[in-house]
Amino acid sequence: MDNNQSKEKPDDNLLHISGLKIEGNSDDKWLPIIKGLDIQLMRGEVLGLIGESGAGKSTAGLAAMAFARPGCRITAGSIKFDGVELTEQSEEDLRKLRGVRISYVAQSAAASFNPAHKLIDQFSEIPVIHGVCGQEKAEADAKELYRKILLPDPDGIGYRYPHQVSGGQLQRAMTAMALSCRPELIIFDEPTTALDVTTQIEVLATIRDIVREFNTAAIYITHDLAVVAQMADKIMVLRYGELVEENETREMLTDPKMAYTKSLWAVRSFKKTDAPPVHEDIPLVRINNVTAGYGKGKVIDVLKNINFDIHKGQTVAVVGESGSGKSTAARVITGLLPPRLGSIEVKGEALPADYRDRNRDQLRHAQMIYQMADTALNPRQRIRDIIGRPTSFYLGLEGKAKEDRVRDLLSLIELEPNEFIDRYPGELSGGQKQRISIARALAAEPEFIICDEVTSALDQLVAEGILKLLDRLQQEFQLAYMFITHDLATVRAIADRVVVMLQGEIVEQGPKEELFTPPHHEYTDLLLSSVPEMDPDWLTELLKERAEKGIMSSMSSS
Amino acid sequence: MTNENTTPVIDNADAAPPPPRRTKTEVAVAELIKAPWTAKVGLVIIITYVIAAVFAPFIAPYGESEIVGSEFELPSDEFILGTDALGRDLFTRLIFGARNTVGIAFVTTCLAFLIGGITGMLAAIFGGWTDQVLSRIVDVLMAIPQLIFALLLLTIFGTSVPTLIIVIAVLDATRVFRLARATSLNVVVLDFVEAAKLRGEGTLWLSLREVLPNISSPLVAEFGLRFCFVFLTIAALSFLGLGIQPPTADWGSMVRENASLITFGDPTPLYPAAAIAILTVGVNFLVDWFLHKSSGLKDGQ
Repeated sequence: MDNNQSKEKPDDNLLHISGLKIEGNSDDKWLPIIKGLDIQLMRGEVLGLIGESGAGKSTAGLAAMAFARPGCRITAGSIKFDGVELTEQSEEDLRKLRGVRISYVAQSAAASFNPAHKLIDQFSEIPVIHGVCGQEKAEADAKELYRKILLPDPDGIGYRYPHQVSGGQLQRAMTAMALSCRPELIIFDEPTTALDVTTQIEVLATIRDIVREFNTAAIYITHDLAVVAQMADKIMVLRYGELVEENETREMLTDPKMAYTKSLWAVRSFKKTDAPPVHEDIPLVRINNVTAGYGKGKVIDVLKNINFDIHKGQTVAVVGESGSGKSTAARVITGLLPPRLGSIEVKGEALPADYRDRNRDQLRHAQMIYQMADTALNPRQRIRDIIGRPTSFYLGLEGKAKEDRVRDLLSLIELEPNEFIDRYPGELSGGQKQRISIARALAAEPEFIICDEVTSALDQLVAEGILKLLDRLQQEFQLAYMFITHDLATVRAIADRVVVMLQGEIVEQGPKEELFTPPHHEYTDLLLSSVPEMDPDWLTELLKERAEKGIMSSMSSS
Repeated sequence: MTNENTTPVIDNADAAPPPPRRTKTEVAVAELIKAPWTAKVGLVIIITYVIAAVFAPFIAPYGESEIVGSEFELPSDEFILGTDALGRDLFTRLIFGARNTVGIAFVTTCLAFLIGGITGMLAAIFGGWTDQVLSRIVDVLMAIPQLIFALLLLTIFGTSVPTLIIVIAVLDATRVFRLARATSLNVVVLDFVEAAKLRGEGTLWLSLREVLPNISSPLVAEFGLRFCFVFLTIAALSFLGLGIQPPTADWGSMVRENASLITFGDPTPLYPAAAIAILTVGVNFLVDWFLHKSSGLKDGQ
């Protein structure tokens, strides 16, 4: 490392990117991804980069290391790191810089750790290779850092393999690893997106403390505004590879200038139309004392004595962390997993437990929309066939009648029939695919739809569009939804009733207003208070409050 | 949070630009032009062989088993490649050989894919006992060396062309079964198959409409490779005398009939051998390219 520049004068300006242009290769054509971007970052400053997927946030973040992903190239602009022009450095010099003075924390720690090596070996790999320190010193340092970020058993955890620790712990270990050489700049690329809200808090707290303690500058890339509000000193909003707006965090939150930024801010204000009060005594769907589990012989129960009702025209949101049994409940209802005890009743009549024993009419009335629209649609079938099949299968429509019905359904989900009817799913965006999934469910003319995390893979603006669509369809056809989600903002927006699940049991259930007003169950409280808010002081205050109450013990148990 | 009442500006937040639509032939031609030279060479070789096989009676100067000269004549204007042990024109027999060897190999491979593909998909869709029974049968068949097993079966059932086709097809179907089952297993766990099952679709729809289109790329690539193996097996069996029977022209038996000539420095047995080798290489060139495309591998950049 040559650091002759630091002798001249301590320069507070750590990173200066100007006029950055990056192109990506697609079908032998070079298309612009970043169209002229300027970034200024002081030492110890945290910059939040936000935008939808495809806005170029990750590409811009990686460019701070003068790194372009395979198939991309930096075509113009300068990247000055601590006074050194990175675009003119050789690959060899850049390698010495990366990992040592600039490091990177990826979205999925599970995918970024090598599963075949212990955590501590992967920690010490970078400092040892770059000759910063020896193996022993690196290991001692790792333990010190693990202690600092409050990982349980800091002396022993490093000797575990990545699959032996939880997702949140792994993401924190990754943050510690990024610090192994005490870099001056860390790039965080959506580090908490894959985590549950309760786990997210821990990682956010860790990242913030560590960045402050070592006076490290950071670029924090995310699509979640509430998260960036906690972390960043200033925020840049990107769209289509261009800067939309840049400002100090507090000012940006209270007074966004551009229309696009305002629309991002307004997303969270969507509220569904209230469902009419329940008249009938018999619910549309009743989950009656269901206990279900996986495995033969020694069955492990994933659901324990579950009871809840879904009424016509109502939305029941089922919330909980991953592993709480929400999706298993859906599998029991659809008949993919016959329950060990209990039954599913529709309009007072018990359904056959196995879907293969149900008749077409019973199957038709319960439709499902999946989380990943990519895998939920057959990539080798045209939209015409995907939506058309249920209409001919259940309702016997053929020829002209079928074609008309498909077109009606496409108009219903706000896609232009002529433009979309002959496309394959691969030719659609994520939001459009999810709309097609909805159309396929609607084509069966059901009374009840299970929505399994339908918006969690989508950008906020697109997700909002889907929620609005679902709400409108509910009004129009008196549909009942079972809405599985871990996102409480979505629950607030769309639910009539809420069921909170923890480790296969229902912790609490009731109408939304009741559930969101205190007093609630201890776990519901933890879940609700963990949802990030736009207030930049939220995290600080929450942590203080929890420290007083002693809830932070969850930190070591998860 | 202020400004809650501002109208959201969602211009095309959810719209990808419509990709240019091209017909399948246009796409195929464009792909072919971009293909590496090896693939083009492979394609030219295969087309040449197909033409030779289809138009054999018109291209060949003499009849398939017509004796036109004396034994082992050297190449001349009359006989381009000379004559064989019985005085038949070697060039004529090479061309008819294309028809028999390649044709039988093609039919055999098709049959192997029909058997292996269907059973493989069924094993993946049903799972459980069906899968266990089918997979164990295949394991047993694969445990016996293929050529020896084929020799054994052909000795038992006799050496007519239909038995030859059926025996080799069944033995090769085991390999196809494995591939079809493995690729189908990746597809049947996807949500769209679950959605189809929950819709109440039958096995026929599940296998033909949901699974098959998604495993067709690896299957087509395997078809090319499998064709080579079948083709070589037939040639080997013919060489051993249990394959295609005389007087039908066939490259494997042509190598055997003239094998003794090689000791005299006569290249005659090498011509049918070369015919086998060139086709194998050509098919492999094409399959490599196809595999490369369907697996989504791109040239490293």
